[in-house]
Amino acid sequence: MISLSHVSKRYPGGREALHDVGFNIDSGELAFITGHSGAGKTTLLKLLVAIERPTAGSIIVNGQNVGSLQARAVPFLRRKFGLIFQDHKLLFDRSVFDNVALPLDIAGYGAKDAGRRVRAALDKVGLLKYEKALPITLSGGEQQRLCIARAIVHRPSILLADEPTGNLDADYANDIGELFRSFNQVGVTVIVATHDQALLARLNPRVIALRNGAMAQAS
Amino acid sequence: MKAWAAQHARCFAATFVRLARTPLGSLFNILVIGIALSLPVGLYVLIDNLQAASGHLAAEPQISAFLALDASRAEIALIETRLKQNARVQRYRFVPRDQALQELKQSSGLADVIDNLPQNPLPDAFIVSARDNTPQALESLREEIAQWPRVVHAQLDAAWARRLDATLRFGRALVLILGGLLAVALIAVTFNTIRLQVLTQREEVEVVKLIGATDAFIRRPFLYYGALQGAAGGVVAWLIVTGAVWLVNRNLGELSHVYASLFQLRQLTPLDSAVLLALPLALGWFGAWLSVGRHLRVIEP
Repeated sequence: MISLSHVSKRYPGGREALHDVGFNIDSGELAFITGHSGAGKTTLLKLLVAIERPTAGSIIVNGQNVGSLQARAVPFLRRKFGLIFQDHKLLFDRSVFDNVALPLDIAGYGAKDAGRRVRAALDKVGLLKYEKALPITLSGGEQQRLCIARAIVHRPSILLADEPTGNLDADYANDIGELFRSFNQVGVTVIVATHDQALLARLNPRVIALRNGAMAQAS
Repeated sequence: MKAWAAQHARCFAATFVRLARTPLGSLFNILVIGIALSLPVGLYVLIDNLQAASGHLAAEPQISAFLALDASRAEIALIETRLKQNARVQRYRFVPRDQALQELKQSSGLADVIDNLPQNPLPDAFIVSARDNTPQALESLREEIAQWPRVVHAQLDAAWARRLDATLRFGRALVLILGGLLAVALIAVTFNTIRLQVLTQREEVEVVKLIGATDAFIRRPFLYYGALQGAAGGVVAWLIVTGAVWLVNRNLGELSHVYASLFQLRQLTPLDSAVLLALPLALGWFGAWLSVGRHLRVIEP
């Protein structure tokens, strides 16, 4: 489903964030990309959704070469993913419901269908009772779960999470981990970039370890 | 198709909300656009009315030759022969003094005054059209006629009509120039408004780009905003011009009552109104399109 071979990324200015990275992730896998900060985890995720382009190598997602994708096709690539960010990237001027509805709005769902899906996603992350609230009134853990609801509402086949538990205490982190496990159990490919060892121990996923922008080991 | 329409409807509603969220800023923007637009439109209405008022006046120049009050029939016949034989005269018409008085009575609304005159003060006259209508030829023909016996005064009639015509042409050019300049100004105002909006909504733009929004989707609310702002400016301009014409007509009504003639300014026609609404709408859309295309490129997640 996702295949990288000999991928390198050099930023303008000369710093090489990734060097000769290659791995495959099959459909339905639960994979963690680990490494200390600066190892290239975030760059790798950015390459997968064409926020950045590789300087060398190929990245294939669902048979599409992401590295050479036309700008026009990028939005449609991104709709295959559910993206979860460490800083949530919520829109604070609209309600919890409207935040989750955003991907459906973009994809052009009808209001009735969208409403049903939004409530299902909010229910899944335990935020249904806050649907009319503004995100600013939610706690950090709730905001992260809201971000997850937005990521899954359009039923993407791949979930990408960048340090999803970075700012959360242990209880919240466990909730998030269980959510990832449940999505993976229904067949969603889940890719998590993290250095959270507790989360790693709990979910026991496949690990792709990076060290200074290169593959440290593959298991 | 239905989903697409719903998406547009949602976007339109959201645009309204956005306009209403900053009521004062939006209001002033719309007022600026409306007042600016009302200038060329008001001028257009004025010129249009002047043209309509002068429309029945012949633009073809004529020479009026006024005879002495005591000119005899024989003397009049002599002048008529001269006109008939003159190669430079295309045609002529004799206006006897009684007929002239009747015409004045009917057209000026001064009937009461004229009825009280002890005698007819108007002379007999010939209205002469020349073969060659260049100013020099007309002037020399006028001078020739003026020197004939019993002709007291010869006058080029159409001079003022042609002057008015030229003035109207100048006015129309002015409307075009003013309109063109203000169209550019409208685009500039919209460009700037949308630039500020894109910058304040930078985060939102970034987020929706990340979750798979196409450029068209991101552009849409800004384009709607620009178009809506332009159209609202058009409505304001329409209200200003219509209100002004109404006000002028009310005052003219009293004035023309006194002078026993009816002159009213024509209001904007439905076609004028439609153009006044559609043009700023299109210009606002265009300004927003320029702005959003330029500023969205800068914002990449």
